[in-house]
Amino acid sequence: MTPQGWLQAAVFLAIVVALTKPLGLYMARVFAGERTFLSPLLAPVERLLFRVCRVDPVREMSAASYLFATLAFSVLGLLYLYVLLRTQKWLPLNPQDFDNLTPDNAWNVAVSFATNTNWQFYSGESTMSYLSQMAGLTWHNFVSGAVGIAIAIAVIRGVTRTDRKTVGNFWVDVTRALLYVLLPISFIGALVLCWQGMPQNFNPYRDVTTLEGAKQTITGGPMASQEVIKELGTNGGGFVNANSASPNENPTPFSNLFEMLLIFVIGAALTYTYGRFARDQRQGWALFVAMALLFGAGYTVAYAAEAAGNPIVHHLGVAGGNMEGKECRFGVPASSLFAAVTTDTSCGAVNSAHDSYTPLGGLVPLANMQLGEIAFGGVGTGLYGMILFVVLTVFIAGLMVGRTPEYLGKKIEAREVQLAILGALVLPIFALVPVAISVLIPAGTATLGNGGVHGFSELLYGFTSTTENNGSAFGGLGGNLYFNVVMGIVMLAGRFLFLIPALALAGSLAGKKSVAETVGTFTTYSPIFVVLLLGVIAIVGALTFFPADALGPIVEHLQMLQGKVQ
Amino acid sequence: MLETVQRPLSAGTERPGQTPARPDSTLHHVRTAVLFTIISLVVLGLVYPLVIAGLAQALFPSQANGSFVSTNGKVVGSDIIGQLFTKPRYFHGRPSAAGKNGYDPTSTSATNLGPTSKKLIDATKATITALKKENPDATAPIPMDLVTSSASGIDPDISPEGAYYQAARVAKVRGLDVRRVQALIAAHIHPRELGFLGEPHVNVLELNIALDGLR
Repeated sequence: MTPQGWLQAAVFLAIVVALTKPLGLYMARVFAGERTFLSPLLAPVERLLFRVCRVDPVREMSAASYLFATLAFSVLGLLYLYVLLRTQKWLPLNPQDFDNLTPDNAWNVAVSFATNTNWQFYSGESTMSYLSQMAGLTWHNFVSGAVGIAIAIAVIRGVTRTDRKTVGNFWVDVTRALLYVLLPISFIGALVLCWQGMPQNFNPYRDVTTLEGAKQTITGGPMASQEVIKELGTNGGGFVNANSASPNENPTPFSNLFEMLLIFVIGAALTYTYGRFARDQRQGWALFVAMALLFGAGYTVAYAAEAAGNPIVHHLGVAGGNMEGKECRFGVPASSLFAAVTTDTSCGAVNSAHDSYTPLGGLVPLANMQLGEIAFGGVGTGLYGMILFVVLTVFIAGLMVGRTPEYLGKKIEAREVQLAILGALVLPIFALVPVAISVLIPAGTATLGNGGVHGFSELLYGFTSTTENNGSAFGGLGGNLYFNVVMGIVMLAGRFLFLIPALALAGSLAGKKSVAETVGTFTTYSPIFVVLLLGVIAIVGALTFFPADALGPIVEHLQMLQGKVQ
Repeated sequence: MLETVQRPLSAGTERPGQTPARPDSTLHHVRTAVLFTIISLVVLGLVYPLVIAGLAQALFPSQANGSFVSTNGKVVGSDIIGQLFTKPRYFHGRPSAAGKNGYDPTSTSATNLGPTSKKLIDATKATITALKKENPDATAPIPMDLVTSSASGIDPDISPEGAYYQAARVAKVRGLDVRRVQALIAAHIHPRELGFLGEPHVNVLELNIALDGLR
C-alpha cells in the first residue's frame, strides 16, 4: 500500500463531501418545484413537455398510482428495447452489420437495462449497433436512473410529510430528474470524458497496420455520451465488453476519478436533499456518515487484500500486488477503489476483473452488494434502501427500551415494519435460491469460467449482482439460455419487489400524523444511532450471507494460503 | 386520492389548459407513458448523442475519432489502445486475453481466472519462463505486470519497471547503448496524474515509435 493510494481515496471522498451540499440543495429545490439557475432555460421545455404528454404538474398521486405509473413506464421501455434489439439488423446506424440478438439474449438485455442493472451477457463491440447503443441502452440509462431518483423523492416525501395521502407526481419527478439533474451533468461530463480521450463518433471500425505490420481493428462509436450516464445513473453497462477497464471507456487516471465521482455524487447528495425535506439536516448527515463508513471499510479491505497480492504467484518468484485483470494506468489502488465504489452503489461498471481478485479482495464487492448497495447507493435506490434499514433500526431500538418506535415524528407500527422486512427479504430469496438450484443442474454449471469453489463464487456473485441490480460480474460466468431467462426474472424481482414495499411505506408514512418530540424520543441523528444502524445492516447481511460466503471466497482464501490450485 | 398541492415550477406558471378527465386512470398513465417514451427517446437517444458528437468533433477531434497516431504519414494504431508486439526489437506489452492472439479491440476481455485457478498459475509459469528466456541479460526482478493479463486485453501501458526490464534486450538487438534506451524510457514515463492519481506507466506504442526514431 502506498501513501498515494490512500491520498487518492481521501481526495475522492473529500470531493464527494464537498459536492453533497450544493447538489443536494439544488435537487431539493428542483423536486420541491422551486426556481433554480437552470429554470429560465428548462422551465419552458418542461411546460411544453407536460402539455404534450398531458401531465398536470400540480396534481399529485397516491403511492399506488405512483407505482402504477412507474410500472407502466418501465414495462413499456422494456418492450421497446426488446423490439429494438430483435430488429437492429434492419435499422440504420449499424456500420458493422451486427445481427439481431437472439430472443433469450434480447430478453435478458431488455430486462437488464429497464431495471437499471446492466448485467451484460453480450460484448457490445461485437453485438450492438450504434443505434442500439444510443437509442436503446443510453436512453434506458437515463430513464431507469431517473425512475430511481423519482422513487427516492417519493419515499422522502412520504417519510417527511404528515397527514397527506399523496407522494408526488411520477411524471413531474421523472421529468425533473432528467431535465435538471441527469442531462445537464451528462452534457458537460461527456465532453470532459472526450477531452480525456474517449471516442464519440459514428465511424465504422477502422483497420490499421500496426508497427510490427499486423492488422488491428480499432473500434468506434458514440461512447462518451453513453459512458457518462452509465456512471451518473449508476447503470454500469459498458459500451464494450471490458467496460471501464477498456482505455476507450476510461482512458486516464483522471477519467477514472471523474467516473467514480459521477457514480457517487447523486446518491451522496440525496442524503442532503433528504435532510432538507425533513427540515433537519442532521437526519441526512447521519445517513451520510453511515454510508461513508461502509465505503471506507470496503475500500480498506479490498486495497489491503489486493496490495498483499497472490502468494501462489509470489511463490513463482514474482513479487507485488495482484495485477491479474487490472490495468497499468490504474494499478491496485485505483482498481480497488473503483471496485468498492461500483458495488457500494448499484452501478456495476468495472475498471478491473473482479473475477481475478484475491478471495478477500473479491469478497468486498460481493459483500457490498449483499449489504444492499446502500453506501450512497444507486441513484435513488440507495437512499430508499437505507430508509428501509432505518425503519428496522428504529423498530429494534424501540424494542430495546420498550417504547413505540418513532422516526421523524411518525409512529413506526406493524405495517411499516412488515413492509421493511418484505423489502429486506427480496435479496436473500432471489440471490440465494437460484444459486442453490444452479449448482444442482447441468445448465447452471455449464458456463462457469472457473472450477471448484471459485466457480461457486461466480454463481453467488452473479445472482447477488442481478438481484441487487448491480450488473458487475465475476466475468468468467458465461451466458446461456438458462441464465438469460432466469437472471432476467431475478433482475425484475430485485427491482420491482423491492420498489413496491418502499413506495407502500412512503404512502403509509405520508398519511400519519406527527407526534410531538419528548425527552424519551430516540434521536435518529446521534452517533449512537449511526452505530446501531450499521449494526443492523451488518447483522442482517451477515446472518443472511455468511454461510454462502464461507463456501465461496472464504474457503478459497484458505486454499490460496495453502497454495492449493484447481 | 388527488390533491393539488405541489407548487408549480415558477411563479406565474400557468396550469395547462386542459385537465384530463380522469387523470389517475390506467388509460391516462399508459397514454402518458407512450408519449413520454417517444419524446424522451428522440431527445436523449438521438439528439443528445448527436449534439455531443458534434461538439466533440469540433473541440477534441483527435480524441473523438479514436486518438489515431501516425508515423511517416501512415496510421499505425491508436494512442490509447495497446497493440501486439512480439519482435525482440520492440518493447512488449502485457499478456492479453482479448481475442485469439491478444490485443483485439473487437473482443476486449480479461482472463477472468480466479487466484487459485490451475490454468492461471500454469499460464503464469509459462509466461515467466518465456520472459526469462527472452531477456537473459535482465537483472532486475520480474515485474508483476509483465506476467499478468490486463483487464481489457488492450492495456496500452506497462509499468516503468516492465520497460526497464526489457531495455537490455532491445538495446542489444538494435545495437544501441543500453543507457540511451533507458533514458528513452525515463522520458516516456507518465507519472501519477496530479501526483496521486493512478500509477506511473509507460505507453508501449509511444515508446516503440520513439525507439524507431533513435539513430
